[in-house]
Amino acid sequence: MAAWTDISGIRQKIADSSAEEVTASYIETIKQSKINGFTTTWDEAINIAREIDAKGHEGPLAGVPIAIKENISTKGLSTTCSSKILQGYVPPYDAHVIEKLKEAGAVIIGKTNMDEFAMGSSTESSCYGPTLNPWDHERVPGGSSGGSAAVVAAGEVPVSLGSDTGGSVRCPAAFCGVVGLKPTYGCISRYGLISYANSLEQIGPLATNVADIAAVMDVVAGYDNRDSTSINRENNYSAALKDDVKGMKIGVPDEYFGEGIDEKVNNAVWDAISKFEDMGATYEKVSMPHTKYALAAYYIIAMSEASSNLARFDGTRYGLRVEGDNWHVMASKTRAEGFGPEVQRRILLGTYALSAGYHDKYYLKALKVRTLVKQDFDKALANVDVLMAPTMPAHAFKMGEKINDPLSLYLADVNTVPINLAGVPSISVPCGLVAHEMPAGLQIIGKHFDENTIIKAAYSFEQNTDYHTERPKGVQ
Amino acid sequence: MITKEEVEHVGWLARIEIDAKQSDAYAEKLNSVLDYFGQLDEVDTEDVPPTYHVMDVVNVFRKDEVKESMPQEDVLANTEHKKEGNFKAPKIM
Repeated sequence: MAAWTDISGIRQKIADSSAEEVTASYIETIKQSKINGFTTTWDEAINIAREIDAKGHEGPLAGVPIAIKENISTKGLSTTCSSKILQGYVPPYDAHVIEKLKEAGAVIIGKTNMDEFAMGSSTESSCYGPTLNPWDHERVPGGSSGGSAAVVAAGEVPVSLGSDTGGSVRCPAAFCGVVGLKPTYGCISRYGLISYANSLEQIGPLATNVADIAAVMDVVAGYDNRDSTSINRENNYSAALKDDVKGMKIGVPDEYFGEGIDEKVNNAVWDAISKFEDMGATYEKVSMPHTKYALAAYYIIAMSEASSNLARFDGTRYGLRVEGDNWHVMASKTRAEGFGPEVQRRILLGTYALSAGYHDKYYLKALKVRTLVKQDFDKALANVDVLMAPTMPAHAFKMGEKINDPLSLYLADVNTVPINLAGVPSISVPCGLVAHEMPAGLQIIGKHFDENTIIKAAYSFEQNTDYHTERPKGVQ
Repeated sequence: MITKEEVEHVGWLARIEIDAKQSDAYAEKLNSVLDYFGQLDEVDTEDVPPTYHVMDVVNVFRKDEVKESMPQEDVLANTEHKKEGNFKAPKIM
């Protein structure tokens, strides 16, 4: 039966039996899955586990199974961004994070489903079909890293990697009742992450608890000269796992509790803030006046960057090719057939926003608004240690509810995208069940490269509450 | 407002073939998003510099050293359209 086991529990199991047995048992659980969270499982996993047994379980994640989002390159293992245009593509190299995980002894067990090219908040736009929310199969798991969150919540793997461009780790973490971290921009190398909006996105871990998030960060974070935006600084994330928020100053931005927020989610987050007060922290209200413009600025920037980043998928070197009389016709037909409707819309809007006559009105304007949004964070975080807000304004919505109305889907991201515009770190932790017994997420936002303060806050919250013990039906 | 003709032009720029029959439907969905983007007009951004990247990293250089590159066969492994170590594509002109 599927169960939540943390990394230290897994390491104990491996010591008592073997990495091979532990891997085999997870593969068995995945085979019986009903949520379509995995796109592929890796046949090599069991052999790698056997090698790790032979080597004597060296490395901080020796034998620990991990699932990887479909947009992170894995040598020899299909990586498609859940898109028809990349069907059959097998990367000839590993992403930086995969190299690090392998060095640490982790076992890559398979790839996880996502919204096509990470463009969405529901994992419904995947060419492999939607992933189901393990709490309620009629609801979405969030997105775009919906597969990575759902498989952790369903007990099919202890930890996973996702990517977060505008909330794609934190949204599914909140909707699936698990923990997800979007690190500071530049913290984890993006080498081998298939780009969607390169100035906004970061790879981030998902797990059932905060300590496992820190353990994965200790392995995957760090400098890599193959990503020119990688920042060179050392950090020990696990050192932040202390139950101590005495004197911590919390800022609560009014704008994140605005129009459209579900009452029960609102109450759950305020209960969490009260809990922090009981634990010795203090809070004050802060104002971030440009929040209401962040969503439009985010989408303009993300779509503009996407229109450039996705130009490489033209049928020439990999993936789908639809024949045509000349290269332009071939590329145009390939892209019309290979990209789904939402990806096409975003490429078209991004191309439009960058085109002559509209560049200043849309793209340049959005970059200026980005400066104002970032200044809001600088000002707010100058006086407090962390900011707290709901990760998502509501619990997971029903499948099919928003997929045909792009704008209503975009509006769900209102509390997550400002963080990516500013590049600051943010962690989502479960803060209780709300309507329909669905989980809600508390978002704790920190200063640039101050992951340790938000990890400490999240860990302390976990130690003093029982929310992280809630799990979907049928999962132990 | 983006017109049907503009949708087709942008489709050409983006190399996405758009059927004349679809362009009305496209224009409608794109316009609803562009209307929403229009709200940025109310923000005063005079004298505000643009933020392309949040980190102050500029001119990241590395030593000009020759390193081993990926084997050609690995690079070409993902396509059937190849000839004599090159990617093969239809004529471009």
